[in-house]
Amino acid sequence: MTYDLVVVGGGPAGVAGALTAVRAGLRVALVDSGARLGGQYFRHCAVPGAVPGAVPGAVPGAVPGLGRFLRQARALGERADVLLRHQVWSAAREPDATLAVHGVTPSPEGERPVVLRTRRLLIATGAYDRPLPFPGWDLPGVLTAGGAQALLKGSGVVAGRRVVVSGTGPFLLPAACGLAGAGARVLGVYEAGGALGLARRPLLALDKAGEAARYAVDLARHRVPYRTRQAVVAAHGEREVEAVTVARLDKGWNIIATRVVECDTVAAGYGFVPQIELGTQLGCGTRHDVDGSQVLTVDTGQRTTVPGVWAAGEPTGVGGWRLSELEGRVAGLAVVADSRALHAGPATGTAPREGAARAVPGVLVRRRVRWRRFGEALQRAYPVKPGWQGWLRDDTLVCRCEEVPLARVREAQDLGATDARSIKLLARPGMGWCQGRVCGYALSCLAGEPPQPPRRPIAQPVTLGALSESGEASAGVTVDGTGGARADDPPSHPNPPTRRNS
Amino acid sequence: MTFPITVDGRSVPVVPGQTIGAALHAAGVRSWRSTRFGGRPRGLFCGIGVCFDCLVSVNGRAPERACLLEAAPGDEVTTS
Repeated sequence: MTYDLVVVGGGPAGVAGALTAVRAGLRVALVDSGARLGGQYFRHCAVPGAVPGAVPGAVPGAVPGLGRFLRQARALGERADVLLRHQVWSAAREPDATLAVHGVTPSPEGERPVVLRTRRLLIATGAYDRPLPFPGWDLPGVLTAGGAQALLKGSGVVAGRRVVVSGTGPFLLPAACGLAGAGARVLGVYEAGGALGLARRPLLALDKAGEAARYAVDLARHRVPYRTRQAVVAAHGEREVEAVTVARLDKGWNIIATRVVECDTVAAGYGFVPQIELGTQLGCGTRHDVDGSQVLTVDTGQRTTVPGVWAAGEPTGVGGWRLSELEGRVAGLAVVADSRALHAGPATGTAPREGAARAVPGVLVRRRVRWRRFGEALQRAYPVKPGWQGWLRDDTLVCRCEEVPLARVREAQDLGATDARSIKLLARPGMGWCQGRVCGYALSCLAGEPPQPPRRPIAQPVTLGALSESGEASAGVTVDGTGGARADDPPSHPNPPTRRNS
Repeated sequence: MTFPITVDGRSVPVVPGQTIGAALHAAGVRSWRSTRFGGRPRGLFCGIGVCFDCLVSVNGRAPERACLLEAAPGDEVTTS
């Protein structure tokens, strides 16, 4: 069977895109690695209210828009094939011009391969935290800000008792408020950037002031100090974090003065890395976003430079959940137009770009442009400054997987490795399990170049067994209707968790 | 409303729907793996399946990411 549309990613963009297409009568599958739809922003607990230690009356991780999202997810589950716990590792063009989406899903015997065939693909794979290394950043108890949020939203677990939040960007605020609201003592939010980021930009002040003010009130209520031009520049401890060094920074993030703060947990984040490897595997064009990230180039209908492939949300530039949802809807409308053009005209496989673009109401296009500008302004307001490189010592790990310290990176540079890729080939940073996702940004900064498009022919580690079986799978076995669990019911009707091996 | 899993023989309570990584972290077990070269302790870092710091073996299977894997009653987790 060949789908009209396969969507990879079950966050706001993916669900909006899939739902728009399925409502127009297209045959749609949505694939996500999580156990429930939601992505990062709408991540939610399986059983709300069952969380020990949570503040009475508080729903851990409840975020604006969650109720509506869960209704959409349920509507989607009734009409599309929703494949949860499925990790997509490759998307490739087949000889017959369809696309094959290769994934694996856990089973009692190990990974089981799944191949979906589709005429169109929507990449809605979101983004992950962009960390910066510092001495001690690999000690247990140091998490990404998104990791702390995921623990809270998805499992109702508060990351620690005494927590410091550090990094740059507006995301530090909800992370800190979430932790404080769930009972953690948040000792401080250390924003490495300048104080006036928001106020200097009237656009932001107009559009987002309400939300920022809400967080400010929340922080004040929990007595959480918010300090700009400060950051955690080292973590200390034997087996886990026991204290951190917090530094006052100058404009370029060079250390002016330091003090030690005792804590058991650090939540740190310096922006986000859009997840675009499925696009680059297929040859989609990329560009540098304002924050330096590589993102997929799309037109007003969210179409990438490769026919039949659309992208929505963070893979086209980090801009938050509202923009992601809007782009998902726009992509869905463009996909529907493409499908109708195919049925109406000669079977070329693609509709003219203009036709697809016309399918998207002008009001949505204009709103997208406005929100995208807002996202870019936020990125501009919170740049990463090069002074962080001075926080590192010779023995500070740059690459956590291959345990490559700064000294080995510098050694490779002394040997003549001038770019990140050559450093990687000589000293191995980025060659481990995470495929350079964690250290890639830092390494490109150390190499003095902007991040390059990812070269990951296999987007997720996959066992050789699953790889060899996937040849057989693509020869005929596709979705059998039993492998993928449907989207869970909303929390008001909790399901028992689906056994992985049932 | 919890069920137990065992981690290296020790019982750890799980709220239905929690990941193995979250259950361990909540039980105060914050590191459960040593790195190959430096023998450094590792646990949760990214929490969303990107960094692979939190690998565990469940019911004898090959290493999996504890932050993605929902715990199921009777799971036997072994760490390295």
